[in-house]
Amino acid sequence: MSGVERDEGVAASLVSSFPYLEGKVRVQREKRIWLEVELPRFREVFDRATGDLGFGMICVVTGLDEGESLGFIYHVADDRGTVLSIHTRAPKADPRIATITDRFPSAHIYERELVDLLGAVVEGLPPGNRYPLPDDWPEGEHPLRKDWNPSAIPAAPGGTAPAAGQSEANASEAR
Amino acid sequence: MAEMKIPIGPQHPALKEPESFLISLSGERIKDVGMRLGYNHRGMEKAAEQRTYVQDVYLLERICGICSHSHSTAFVQAVEEIAGIEVPPRAKYIRTIVGELERVHSHLLWLGVAGHEIGFDTLLMYAWRDREIVMDILSLLTGNRVNYAVNAIGGVHRDIDDDQKAQILKAIDKLEERTKYYIEVAREEKTLITRLSGVGYLSKNEVLSLGAVGPAARASGIARDTRKDDPYAAYAQLDFKVVTDEHCDVYGRTLVRVGELMETYSMIRQALARMPAGEIAARAPRRVPAGEALSRYEAPRGEDVHYVKANGTDKPERVRVRAPTLANLQAVSKMLEGDNLADVPIVIAAIDPCFSCTDRMIRLVRSEQGDSGAEARSIGWEEMRVRGIEWYRGRGVDFADLNARLGARLC
Repeated sequence: MSGVERDEGVAASLVSSFPYLEGKVRVQREKRIWLEVELPRFREVFDRATGDLGFGMICVVTGLDEGESLGFIYHVADDRGTVLSIHTRAPKADPRIATITDRFPSAHIYERELVDLLGAVVEGLPPGNRYPLPDDWPEGEHPLRKDWNPSAIPAAPGGTAPAAGQSEANASEAR
Repeated sequence: MAEMKIPIGPQHPALKEPESFLISLSGERIKDVGMRLGYNHRGMEKAAEQRTYVQDVYLLERICGICSHSHSTAFVQAVEEIAGIEVPPRAKYIRTIVGELERVHSHLLWLGVAGHEIGFDTLLMYAWRDREIVMDILSLLTGNRVNYAVNAIGGVHRDIDDDQKAQILKAIDKLEERTKYYIEVAREEKTLITRLSGVGYLSKNEVLSLGAVGPAARASGIARDTRKDDPYAAYAQLDFKVVTDEHCDVYGRTLVRVGELMETYSMIRQALARMPAGEIAARAPRRVPAGEALSRYEAPRGEDVHYVKANGTDKPERVRVRAPTLANLQAVSKMLEGDNLADVPIVIAAIDPCFSCTDRMIRLVRSEQGDSGAEARSIGWEEMRVRGIEWYRGRGVDFADLNARLGARLC
């Protein structure tokens, strides 16, 4: 069985277990499977993939600002080098997702990035230091939001506020 | 016994990079480790969204000063997948060769650091002197010791000619001979074996549950290597084995790294011999069509992951980077549990941490000469090397004599 056929097999097995995934799974190339799932169904698909289907290693969790919603992509890999990327979304008005640290304890660091940089709310995240922003970072400022305005941030003691024109491509070089 | 808490860092815990550890002790024994990361966070993912793809190749190459080629390769591979660019085979071989040379310099750097952390400074001096051989080769090929700027979207910027090929082979022979000596040291030197055995233990199951990568995983018997599992560049065409070890401790991590060096030399020889003639770059569009891709790369420290989302413009919608150290740091607390306080530096150093990678830092240093308007002049590598030798000679340090004596002893 070629690599692509095996990946197609994984995709087919997911669709047969969860019929609502019909048309939502694609094999982009050998060793790369992408799927989209509604938030309420996310955990059952995730558990199946990281359990029976053998995607037992978490590569990273990517957070996205998608306008009306926040996107979350969980990239999980198996021993044969295939990566399954599970994409789910939560509305920006209520960007609430559940932690996956019960399955992958080390994923807390990726979830803390979602909290700091995108303003997601991760329920069940174990207590611990924030990451990666400083402890005195102002509330409600999430740099990876597309509408984030750095000039709104007050200057740190002894420092200077970020320049207003920072969104322009070469602002940092100009400073 | 009452529990005691010792803060280590954020100034330079083990290495010259900032990260903070809070160690809970019972007597000399470590009970628990708390970590605070992020001191190097400079917002590179955000910065990447505000720059063009071409600018991003250079920006992301500066995530790390050691595995810079790893990051730029991971990024361009993702962009090439989205844009559907077919990279010429010769370019893939050149990426592989530079990537493996980078692994040599990184592993030798680590070997020196590890020697230093256990008070074996002779090993530091030897390993870093030998590392200069590969640094010279990297400079010869790319013009730089780090941040090689070899990658372009669609291929590479610089070809490798026959003269350079001959010099690489000569350097590899010398390095291989030196690495055999280090393997002998690692296998037979009693103080080193005793100091490292059983320190920083991480079982196979803990590797799997905590998601450790690279030599940290392979030293616990997990044959996980992106070059084999998910081949990129020219790795599918090369014969090599994934070096693993069953010691599960810092000693095992040492054996894996020196063992990997031997595989790397063989890979470089194969790649130089099999490299096909032809173009070194395909034309890449300035605007990348909408799409997304995930790219993985086996950096010297383990799997480096880049996710790129394109929106049809000349700037990416999102770039996400997961450097290997972020995956491995989660395992450090486990490794330290039950060890002595004095083991902290070597256990942290043994994952070969790179905190700048982890936090994705960029530092913009303003050139003083540039600002003062002094006339800049560029000089070639050979001239710079000679200038360095003369500079030291003027201060009474003559390497020629020292090299002759050391060379006589090595041959």
